[in-house]
Amino acid sequence: MSFLTVLIAALFYLATAIFVLGVLYRIWRYARTPAPLKIATTPAPVTKFGVVLRMFREVVFFESLFKSNKLLWILAVLFHYGLALVLFRHLRYFLDPVPLVVELAQPFGKYAAFAMVLGLLGLWARRFLIDRVRYVTAPSDHLMLALLVLIGLSGALTTFVAHTDVVALKDFVLGLMTFDLKPLPGDPLLVIHLLLVAVLMIVFPYSKLLHGVGIFFSPTRNMVDNPREQRHVVAWARKLEEENS
Amino acid sequence: MAKANFEVPEITGVTEVPEIQPDSMAHLETFRAKPEFMEALGYPGEMPENWKEKAIEAMGDMLKKYRSLQVFLDACVKCGACTDKCHYFLGTADPKNMPVARQDLLRKVYRRYFTLAGKFFPKLVGAIDLTEEVLHDWYNYYHQCSQCRRCSVFCPYGIDTAEISMAAREIMDRIGVGDKYCNEIIGKVFRIGNNLGLPEPALADTLEGLEEDVYDETGVRVRYPLDEKGAEVLLVTPSADFFAEPHVDGLMGYGKVFHEAGVSWTLSSYASEAANFGMFIGSYENMRKISLRIRKAAIDLGVKRIVFGECGHAWRVAYAFLNTLAGPFDFLDPKYPVPQHILEFTWEQIQAGKLKFDKSANDDMVVTFHDSCNVARATRMGDKPGGQFEIPRNVIKAVCNNYVDMPEGTIKEATFCCGGGGGLLTDDLMELRVKGAKPRMDALKAATDEHGVTHMAAICAICKSQFTKVIPYYGFDMDQIVSVHQLVSNAIILTGQEDEGDDEEDNAEDAA
Repeated sequence: MSFLTVLIAALFYLATAIFVLGVLYRIWRYARTPAPLKIATTPAPVTKFGVVLRMFREVVFFESLFKSNKLLWILAVLFHYGLALVLFRHLRYFLDPVPLVVELAQPFGKYAAFAMVLGLLGLWARRFLIDRVRYVTAPSDHLMLALLVLIGLSGALTTFVAHTDVVALKDFVLGLMTFDLKPLPGDPLLVIHLLLVAVLMIVFPYSKLLHGVGIFFSPTRNMVDNPREQRHVVAWARKLEEENS
Repeated sequence: MAKANFEVPEITGVTEVPEIQPDSMAHLETFRAKPEFMEALGYPGEMPENWKEKAIEAMGDMLKKYRSLQVFLDACVKCGACTDKCHYFLGTADPKNMPVARQDLLRKVYRRYFTLAGKFFPKLVGAIDLTEEVLHDWYNYYHQCSQCRRCSVFCPYGIDTAEISMAAREIMDRIGVGDKYCNEIIGKVFRIGNNLGLPEPALADTLEGLEEDVYDETGVRVRYPLDEKGAEVLLVTPSADFFAEPHVDGLMGYGKVFHEAGVSWTLSSYASEAANFGMFIGSYENMRKISLRIRKAAIDLGVKRIVFGECGHAWRVAYAFLNTLAGPFDFLDPKYPVPQHILEFTWEQIQAGKLKFDKSANDDMVVTFHDSCNVARATRMGDKPGGQFEIPRNVIKAVCNNYVDMPEGTIKEATFCCGGGGGLLTDDLMELRVKGAKPRMDALKAATDEHGVTHMAAICAICKSQFTKVIPYYGFDMDQIVSVHQLVSNAIILTGQEDEGDDEEDNAEDAA
């Protein structure tokens, strides 16, 4: 087994552990932190089912962003939908046999990489061109975009320019999942691609990428608008009541 | 036009997004509360030696108590969707008045002390130490936010800068740095019962005067009762309603509606304030203490229902928080929501055909309606989402022949704050108030140019006070601001009223 294979494998075990535990920790922290007051941004749904629909529209269609800024919305959709398709396409490396729907998605997933990178470049351009966005941009915002663009480009290059040995790659991935290491094809583009993905997974729970988790816990979006009908009191507020009612 | 020692923005009818002008509002610092007023609310009177540790400790405490704060500080991706949404940014061009930048003032410190990335790579993620300059920015810019929630509508994660600015004010209060305007007012509520500090005899006197005025005008004895035990409804209204134009015309209208509806009601001298400035300073404890006064008044007076008068942030605390803070209200009549808005009450009466109007009484006006920020984005009226937009318009249209809306994007959920909300309605912030009103003034100008609007109706004591003071800077007249229940009051025909209009019957049918 080559040193490279062991290194990448070890890195991915580490990255996966950090990613999973980090995200779980965040979820646990958000879930544990009480929301003492009803603060849905209204008009808001008056039923739980309505809230599910609102959240669905927010997560899938970026409803609020659409209200805010159409160009930004288009760029965000290009990137996120592109990424989603690309990720879906990647399932073929993880599943054996490959399900039909993943098979069917392959051509779309291939070109989705371009949508993803295009969206990212558009989002990046905003950080230079719009004075307001430039003002709030930190170095880490540039780095994050650079990381994602490089992941997209290196991945697209292995698909469209310097083909990687996908059969060997799949063996490697399946081996990773079953703790039965197989050699990793050694082409540099693939190695770069994998390294960057591991970095992304590692920074995810500690960065603004957490927005993907946070949105589900956002009280302005996930609360039912029923404060008059149902009394809402959290534990620390109830304690306050007991102390000095 | 009123005089100003700053440049009043020019209004064109369309609000352009300005180029950023860093620190253009850095000089504006609202007066600080004196130690005695801080201590009255349970805060230290002076900054302690170890104020930094105390501030970080307070932040940690708030992060544990408020999911909103924790999630909002983490989730922002700096996409910029909110950057052109705040009326204060649009009016001042100061980039720290962009919602994301305002949040960042706190977020940068949060990152430094509470996140791994900020502890190890502060420069990279834009994390900073808490210093006096940072505190100074906190104080200035968290008192340039009216907590109107417009940014939260447009944020893809629902990040609400109001939550951040409330938390920031609470953190500052806990290290002895509070603002004079809010904290003195809360003290007045605790001592006297209302924001304006009007004692019971003054209220009784005012209400007696109103009864006489209405009698002189209509020949009908409409009552404006105070502390009357056994009344059906406790009306809680902003104390400005007892005091200033056009607020007091609204109060006259509430009384006439109750009179015609045949529902007995009373005001309370103990709970003579609808507004709850505890929210502005982000203090659950103070907000709760103020709310409990309403509960006590309702119990003492033995009422069956609680109705709130026209007030924006007050309606937020009432609608969204009162049940939490001072409930359960199981001693009230379960047939009615607790509390109700006076517009819900009036609209029910109109639908039931209980009220007769002579709409021509308002024919001298072309009316538009300013959706108060907190009513629009933090509350509801009626059963359906969006009732907070429909019911006020329905009532206005029931009593006025000429109604038009201001342009899309400036009304309903996208409404612009008046510029004086969130505890900023103080003269030392006049520059901010005038500039922050610009987007609303643009919209009013557009409606004036296009539809000949003569009057703008509002349902909030702050909006009314702010507009009457600020619109002269833009060449409008303060009399153009009216209460919605002032319009109701103008048009309502009291049973047995002298000098009724000839076309009374037609209009009564229209209204029903």
